[in-house]
Parts: sequence; C-alpha cells; structure tokens
Amino acid sequence: MSTVSAVSVGEDENEFTTIHHVYEPHRAGLPPVMPYFRELWRRREFATEASKSDMKAANSLTVFGQLWLIMNPLLLAAVYYLLVNVIAGGKHRGWDYFAHLTAGLFTFYLVSGSMSTGASSVVGGGKLLMNMSFPRLLLPLSAVRTAFFRFLPTMPVYLVFHLLAGNPLSWRTLTALPFLAMLIGFSAGLAAFFGALQVYFRDTTAFMPYFVRIWLYLSPVIWLISDVPKRMAPFVHFNPIYPMLGGFTEALVQGRVPGWHLWLEGTVFSIVVFVVGSLFFMSREREFAVRL
Amino acid sequence: MSSLFASKPSKPELSSDPEMVVSVQNVSITYRTTFERVPTFKNAIVRFGRGEHAVRNIHAVDGVSFDVKVGTSLGIVGSNGAGKSTLMRAMAGILPPTSGRIEVNGRISTLLSLGVGFNANLSGRENVILGLLASGLSRRAVLERAEEVADFAELEDFIDAPMRTYSSGMYSRLAFSVAVNMDPDILMIDEALSAGDASFKGKAGAKMAELRASSRAMFLVSHSSSAIKEMCNDAIWLHKGKLMMRGEPEEVCETYERFANVGEKAFVLEDF
Repeated sequence: MSTVSAVSVGEDENEFTTIHHVYEPHRAGLPPVMPYFRELWRRREFATEASKSDMKAANSLTVFGQLWLIMNPLLLAAVYYLLVNVIAGGKHRGWDYFAHLTAGLFTFYLVSGSMSTGASSVVGGGKLLMNMSFPRLLLPLSAVRTAFFRFLPTMPVYLVFHLLAGNPLSWRTLTALPFLAMLIGFSAGLAAFFGALQVYFRDTTAFMPYFVRIWLYLSPVIWLISDVPKRMAPFVHFNPIYPMLGGFTEALVQGRVPGWHLWLEGTVFSIVVFVVGSLFFMSREREFAVRL
Repeated sequence: MSSLFASKPSKPELSSDPEMVVSVQNVSITYRTTFERVPTFKNAIVRFGRGEHAVRNIHAVDGVSFDVKVGTSLGIVGSNGAGKSTLMRAMAGILPPTSGRIEVNGRISTLLSLGVGFNANLSGRENVILGLLASGLSRRAVLERAEEVADFAELEDFIDAPMRTYSSGMYSRLAFSVAVNMDPDILMIDEALSAGDASFKGKAGAKMAELRASSRAMFLVSHSSSAIKEMCNDAIWLHKGKLMMRGEPEEVCETYERFANVGEKAFVLEDF
C-alpha cells in the first residue's frame, strides 16, 4: 500500500491522474484549466494515434489516397479558375493567378477540413467517451492533426505552380510560417466549438458545407486583396480568416512580409477563437457522456 | 421500507487512509438529456415555434454515501434505471457528480456495458492501442500491453481485421481482455461478463478470481444474483437512485428479490 501512496504524493492531484482522484461538481462548469492541459499534453500520443488510424482507415496513407488528397483541391482550383477567368471573363490571367488560387484554396481547406472532421470527432468517438475518462479536447485536436497531414502533401503541388508563375522564393517566404501557426490555432478553436455543437445538434455537419462555401467566397481566395472595392474595404476585416489567410498567401505567393496590422489582427483572432472554442468545449465536455 | 435504509450519514473520510479505496460522500447526480432520438437544429426550431421542451432532468443518483475498503468486491443490484451504471460512471470519473464528493484511490479499469469504446472501422489492435493511450499509458507500455491483450483474447488473425468483421462473441472477448489486462487497482464491471464461448469463459473466470485477489477493489453490476453471491463479499442495493441497503450479498440479493417480487429463477437464465 505504501507504494501507491508514495506515487500519489508525487503526482499533482487532478481528475485524470491515474492513482488518486477526487470528483466534485465543477464551479462555473469548467475543470481546472492548468491540470487539464497538463493531462492533455501527457496524452498527446492518443491524438496522434487516433489521427493516424483515421487516416489509415480512410486510405489516406496509400499512394492513391494521397493522390486524391491532391486531386480534390486541384480540381476545385480548376473549377474556380474556369469560373473566374473564362465564364466571368475576369481580368486575372496566367499562372500568377493560379498560384494565388491554389495557395488560398489549399489553406482554406486546412481550416474547413479541421472544422468538419472536428465537428464529427466527438460524436464519432462516442463509445470511447462513455467508457473512459480522459480530456475530451484530444478528439478535436486529433481532427486538426488529420487536416494538417492532409494539407501537407498539397504544398509541393503548390510549389510547382509557384515556380511556373515565376514567383520569388526568399527568406521572406518564411514569414508564412507564423501565419500557418495562427491558422492552426484558429482551426483548433473551430474544431472544438463545432465538435461540441454537433453533440447537441446532429445536423450541424449538414449545414456546414453551405456555411463553408459562403465563407470561402468572402475570403481572399478567389479574389485578391487588391480587388476589393473601396467601399467594401472596411468590411473584410470582420472576416476572422482574412488576416491569417491574407498574410499567409502574401508571404508565400508574393514573397512579401505582411503588414503589421495583419500580424496583429491574425494573432488576436487566432488566440480568441482558440480560447473561446476550447473553453466552450471544456465547459460542455462532462455532459457528452449522457448526450451521446 | 425505511427499516431497510442502511445509508449512514457520511463522515468525511481522510484521503490519507490507506484502507480506503472508494469513498462516495452524499453524491447526487442529475443530468439533462433529451427525448429526441437525434437532436437537431431543425427540431429545435420547430419545437421553439410550438413552445415545447424536449430536455428533461434525470435524477439518476440521489444522496448516496458509502465507503469501500481494500479487498472488497462490491456487488450492485437494482432494477433497470436504478442508477447503477450512472454511479459506476461517476466513480470512474466519466460523469461528474451534481453534488457531493467521490474520492478514489487507485487506477480504475472499467468494463461498462453499452459497447466498449471501439471504432468499428479500425482493427482490434488499433482500438486496443487507442484505448490504452487514452487511459494515459505511455506509448512503449501500450505496445507491450496491446500484445498481452491480443494474446489473452485469442482472436488470432482477427486482431488485425476491422472490428466490423467481428462476431459479437469476439467483440466481448476483446473488451473483457482490455479491461482485465490494464493491471487495475480497481475493476468495475457492468453486466458485461458473458464473454465468448465455453473455453474462454473458463479462462475469464480464472482471470477474474486472480484479479479479485490482486486488485484493491472490484465493483460488479449484475442482474444475476448468483454472480453477485459467488464473486462479491459485500453488496448494495439501489432503487430509483437511493441506496436502500448494504450488507452481505446473500442478504441484499434476497431482500432485493423479495422487493422486486421475482424468484431466484428469473436470474438463473443470465449466466455470469
């Protein structure tokens, strides 16, 4: 018996520790945040493994699976290219625009992919939730990892168009990386939020494609920031993805360091969405077991 | 009925008491759930238009207190909806108590009913690994343990096949193997002991006996009085969320059966 108590003394006490537990009602519906995230970090391998096996089950790790991950957004890029340039007789021509389109679309898919897989992650992991106690936030985070590893193989494809367009590659391109980090934090917040929402409203994922499509048209993917008419300009800042996606594509496609306001707005939106999304999730997660 | 009440007012137990494994102190659990089979926005809007409510409160457990010391195997009996499973979930940390306090001293392994946490599209081995990782084991420990679980379940080639191809017996064999091979201090089993065919049943029984000796405490929810009498040395009876009685398994089962107005025969059908 002494060995057990020796271990429990060494460990911090929280609801997920493996030796000593105290379960009490939560004040304000939130579990203690610091121990929660410590436990979350300790079990990060679960998120990794869950994401890996999901991708394996979806054949994403086979050659044709990977090919499909590239083909799907590439075909979409072709559709939008046709739409904007041929049918609408747009002013954008050539590889330059196509590079912008693919960079934007691939990245937008990272966010929307996290959102949709995140939304189904909790309901999909239902039985595990009902039988085991672990930080539930692992499920949407694992969905974000899946979306990220689906995004990665599209980057070399983008690079081809980048080179075809004759766009520059310099150290300034690397400023895209912080924006990618913001996008991932943003995606994690959205995944958590929609994951919790899906438990209460199972048709969330049914509405999502429409919402995503509208959001795509409101984001600087098909159009360039320079296309925005003067009178609409103040409104683009209400779109939370605007500074992150705009900054990311500016650095990646044009090789320019984005302006400071994009850094500021992007960081703020990313952190706010991540914090609000995960706190909402955490305040609800103890109820999931009876709602599934 | 009041004479049967055995729930003494709880005295706050010291967490340093090494003999205490689980202490349930005046715990009530109320949760909100919905009538709807599948809750949707659409229905919510329609209901809102009609001014209806689909959410109801369920008082699953109501002011229950008991302590469990080292070496106890506690049987929990009660009719359907008595709050047995909810109480087990609360002790396992899956559901939070609405009021009161639960203190647990030991590593818990649960084998709860309603299917074990398996994703049917993944292989048995992947499911086992995921479950073990979620329980907080390190990757290295998990791979070793997964091998043990696979050996114990005797699924042979099926262990690497997607679980949707499993028969129900294989399913429960794997579930049982996971629960008992977690090296638990506290084992919680919820009516999930009908694992597999005759030969596996013998093996499962032997493993249970071994665990009963080695673990610090065991909880067994069952409708089968014979299983409770055979495997437990202590028992409680829950009815509509209230603790009705605590005592020797024989006595508790007998009282419960008399209360439920069914004979021993009704339970014999459900084997352990």
